[in-house]
Amino acid sequence: MSFINYSSREINCKIVYYGPGLCGKTTNLQYIYNKTNPETKGKLISLSTETDRTLFFDFLPLSLGEIRGFKTRFHLYTVPGQVFYDASRKLILKGVDGVVFVADSQVERMEANQESYENLKVNLAEQGYDLAKVPTVVQYNKRDLPNAVAVEELRALLNVRGSPEYQAVAPTGVGVFDTLKAVAKLVLTELKKGG
Amino acid sequence: MGTQLVMYDEEYNRINAVCDRLTKDANAKVVFLVDKSGQLISASGQTQNIDTTSLASLTAGNVAAMGGLAKLIGESEFPNQIHEGAHESLYMTIVGSRVVLVVIFETSTSLGLVRLRVKKASDELAKIFEALLKKTESPGGMPSPFAEISDDDIDNLFSE
Repeated sequence: MSFINYSSREINCKIVYYGPGLCGKTTNLQYIYNKTNPETKGKLISLSTETDRTLFFDFLPLSLGEIRGFKTRFHLYTVPGQVFYDASRKLILKGVDGVVFVADSQVERMEANQESYENLKVNLAEQGYDLAKVPTVVQYNKRDLPNAVAVEELRALLNVRGSPEYQAVAPTGVGVFDTLKAVAKLVLTELKKGG
Repeated sequence: MGTQLVMYDEEYNRINAVCDRLTKDANAKVVFLVDKSGQLISASGQTQNIDTTSLASLTAGNVAAMGGLAKLIGESEFPNQIHEGAHESLYMTIVGSRVVLVVIFETSTSLGLVRLRVKKASDELAKIFEALLKKTESPGGMPSPFAEISDDDIDNLFSE
C-alpha cells in the first residue's frame, strides 16, 4: 500500500524480498546499501539472531528521485526465510506494493524454493492480495555455484506467470540492481494504472 | 491491493497541529504518527537527532508483532503499549485501527499526563483519518499524481 502525501509531495512504496532461508535476501539489501549514495539511503536495520540469521526483518529506505515534483521513496524489507518464522513473514507482507522472490539456484534447495513460493501465495492471500496481481520480480540467485540448476528448471517451478526475472550473484552484486529497478518500475507502473 | 493512504494539505496541517499540541500538553520530547505498514506520517518535537524513518518502520514491526501475539491469546489487539527506559519512555496507541501514535517522553513528565493527553489527541486524530478516508474514496478526489506520468518519467528515474 503506497502512501501519497500531496502536502509534502512524497510517494512511499513498500517492497518485500521473499524466499527460502539463506537464499540471499539480506545479501541483496546489504549490497544495495553498500553501493548507494549516502544521501539517497537511510540506515539498514537488521533484526537478526546472534548467528546473523534474520529474526524479524531487514529494512532499508531508499530515495529514487523525483517524478513530476513528487519525491519517490522505496522501503525495502526482507522476511525471515526459515520455515518456523511464518507468523513474522505474514506481518511483513502487510501493505506490500511489490515482491522480489529470491530463489536459491542450488539443486538441493529446489524443494525449499517451492515451499517458500507456495507460502508466499498463501500469506499474500491471507492479507487479501492475489500473487498474480502483485508486481513481482523473480531473482535466481547463486548462479555462480557449481550445483546451480538450469534457469529453465527454476522458471518452470517458480515463474510460470512470466514475471520479469534476473540471474544473480548477490554478494558481488550481479543482478541485484537489475532486480530492484525492475520491481520499482513495476510498482510505479501499477500506481499509474491505479491512478 | 489495500486502500492507498493519501494525504492532503488540509488534513496534513490538522494532523500536524494535533501532534504539536500533544507534544506541548503532555510535556513530551517527541510525538510521531506512523502508518501501520511503516510509513511516517507526522513528527513533532525534538526530532533532530532521531532517525524518523527507522523509528516508523520499527514501530510498525513492533505493533504488528504485538497484534499477532494479541490474536494468539484471543484479543483483537493491544491498543496501548508502554516501554519504560531509565531516562526516556515510549508510549504507543493505535488510532482508528490504521495508524499508531508514538510519544517519547522523559522523567520530567508523568505517564498519567501522557495517557490523558494521548486519549484526547487520538480521538481527534481518529476523526481526521475518518474524514481523510472518505475523501480518498469519493470519486471527486484528487487524481493520483501518477495518472499522467509516462513510461519515460519512470525510465528517467533509473538513468544514471
